Amino acid sequence: MPNSKSAYSFSNKKEKFDTHIIVVWVDNEAGVLARVVGLFSGRGYNIESLAVAQVDEKLKISRITIVTTGTPQVVNQIKLQLRKLVPVHKVADFKREDKAVIFKEMALFKIVGSNNKLEGALKACKKYNPVLLDKTKKSNVIQITALRREVDKMSKDLKKFGLVSVSRTGAVAMTRGADIFK
Amino acid sequence: MSKLYSGAEIVFKCMEDQNVDHIFGYPGGAVLPIYDELQNFKSIKHVLVRHEQGAGHAAEGYARSSGKPGVILVTSGPGATNVVTALTDAYMDSIPLVCISGQVPTHLIGTDAFQECDTTGITRPCTKHNWLVKDINDLAETIHKAFEVATTGRPGPVLVDIPKDIQFQKTKYKKPRKENKLNGKSHNHFNQNSIDQLIDLMSKSSKPIFYTGGGVINSGPKASELLRELVYATGFPITSTLQGLGSFPGDDNQFLGMLGMHGTYEANNAMHDCDLMINIGARFDDRITGKIDEFSPNSKKVHIDIDPSSINKNVKVDLAIVGDVKTVLSSTLKSLKQKKSKFLKSNKQKTSKWWEKIQKWRSVRSLDYIGSEETIKPQYAIERLYELTKDKDSYITTEVGQHQMWAAQHYKFNKPNRWMTSGGLGTMGYGLPAAVGVQVAHPKKLVIDIAGEASVLMTIQEMSTAVQYNLPIKIFILNNQYMGMVRQWQELLHDKNYSESYTAALPDFVKLAEAYNCVGIRAKTPEELDDKIIEMLNTDRPVIFDCMVDKVENCFPMIPSGKPHNQMILGPKDQDSKKITGKGKSLV
Repeated sequence: MPNSKSAYSFSNKKEKFDTHIIVVWVDNEAGVLARVVGLFSGRGYNIESLAVAQVDEKLKISRITIVTTGTPQVVNQIKLQLRKLVPVHKVADFKREDKAVIFKEMALFKIVGSNNKLEGALKACKKYNPVLLDKTKKSNVIQITALRREVDKMSKDLKKFGLVSVSRTGAVAMTRGADIFK
Repeated sequence: MSKLYSGAEIVFKCMEDQNVDHIFGYPGGAVLPIYDELQNFKSIKHVLVRHEQGAGHAAEGYARSSGKPGVILVTSGPGATNVVTALTDAYMDSIPLVCISGQVPTHLIGTDAFQECDTTGITRPCTKHNWLVKDINDLAETIHKAFEVATTGRPGPVLVDIPKDIQFQKTKYKKPRKENKLNGKSHNHFNQNSIDQLIDLMSKSSKPIFYTGGGVINSGPKASELLRELVYATGFPITSTLQGLGSFPGDDNQFLGMLGMHGTYEANNAMHDCDLMINIGARFDDRITGKIDEFSPNSKKVHIDIDPSSINKNVKVDLAIVGDVKTVLSSTLKSLKQKKSKFLKSNKQKTSKWWEKIQKWRSVRSLDYIGSEETIKPQYAIERLYELTKDKDSYITTEVGQHQMWAAQHYKFNKPNRWMTSGGLGTMGYGLPAAVGVQVAHPKKLVIDIAGEASVLMTIQEMSTAVQYNLPIKIFILNNQYMGMVRQWQELLHDKNYSESYTAALPDFVKLAEAYNCVGIRAKTPEELDDKIIEMLNTDRPVIFDCMVDKVENCFPMIPSGKPHNQMILGPKDQDSKKITGKGKSLV
């Protein structure tokens, strides 16, 4: 930005954005999700998807899984800022490419059409653990679990089979093997 | 069975156990039960402000000058929203505040009741943490925790929102638990290895500099002592941010003055050219770094900070030491004494060229200005104020703008906790209420708010508070009739289009003082300035001092827009041969 009329400086550096999956263990108390999400919006970080639910009823711990993109510096800030929040217990950070971690999203597809089309849709979903949750003469509700890009692809591919509605969760993550994240 | 207390009583019992002696507040419908109990707790004095923002800044002034958390009590709705500016200010400058706000009764929350607002929602991004207490049995624990969160780690503001029905309900009181850790979040994460690395870097460096900030002040007076010890033991030059002033003596030869946008030529050039930068409790703020891509290009950088998220946020560093400044400095000094007891001697030779270079920068005398016999130069006014008050252990607050920078440049601080200014948020109107809070904490000391006429009008109503509590604060207004810093930027960056930066209808500040039943003094010429300042100092009542200064003076030196440290502009005397130095011009 040449000859800017501002007292702020601008950086012209272009840095690579990576996709990270951030997992946050928090006290399940009022407003905790707003704190986490507000931190992202307030500091200009991205949220691609978000999944949250209580995972320990006794200790009242919720597990929040956030898919985000940013430069290494930004992702590092996200982690450090999250750790400063009072109800946050621990923060894990995985790269999407990480082979040691499983990422999954669930999606529900509603298909309306002829028997042919319904069968075609179910067949197309074969690779992604399809479960037929509801069936009428004219419609199907199919559940799949898959990676984000696979769900993206299916949401497109199923259109020709009469896809009328898609509902999908954010990604959740878990490490492979016997170890857990501490 | 132990005694039952109402929520309102519990609020005060908690404050008693937290050693609170003053609270700043303003009553209203949703806190009336708490105000009703006030008289039964004699050890807690309430200071009634005129606007909740004033309560917040007063609590900040109290906290900064005393090292204790500032406590605020406000009502729901507008009471809470008015305090938001002060909370944000405290959040940016890491000042411990505990704000208790009333809320509409729990059964009315969410109904858009009278004076209802989503206080915890609004204050979430400007507090370290906040709580809405919906169960009386959680109240005591929550308030104790609030004090703990506000004062531990990197300090900051917290808020506890208490619905009115909770204030009436009764339960047992719970004393604060000793040493309950915040989810196990401790604050010192460094080991001896990092300290050894630091000492290694220090002994290898030939162009070192200490760059210190508000973290030193926040770490307590002991940290400032240790800092002085370390600086003297190493012989290194030291510069300070706006917030760090006072942690090292301002008149010491090793001190290069403040750095940053309006810092000294020697401090900024030394930052740019150094080979080792040791950041102690500062955060590489954009007013400090200038153009970030060209910030101190050839130095190894060490960052000592209690907040891990400050590390590598703006500037990548080579060695990070996460911990309390006091603890880190004490470990560093211990190791230095053990391993390099003759550090100073062995290093003198190595850094001698560096010091020569610094002296050369110093000889530019970047804080000089062109004096005048007709009009009071604002820098001159601050110099005189400093000369006439330097033996008094005075406490200085400021508003925000040119006067603030001139105060930082020309008033020399020798002790921590004597300098209260809004740095991060840059809140005009901070200084007057802050002075109220400082004077409450230090009733016998001299407290001066170095102000601008535009800033001070934002919270001028707090003069009424000062009068009510016999707080003899001195409001020293550098009156140039402009929002000076805005005017300066318009001159330098916007082709002299002085859009809305002139205040055409200012009050007569002397008459205004009289209206508030305090003392008004006006100085118009350099000749009468000293006498008038002495008159102010001899007045044991609140004073508004209207110092009529040069209207178009600019604050230099300055790092212009988007430039690195070594491209400062030095001001008119640079081009002007009739250079008259600040000291040389003393005509009185």
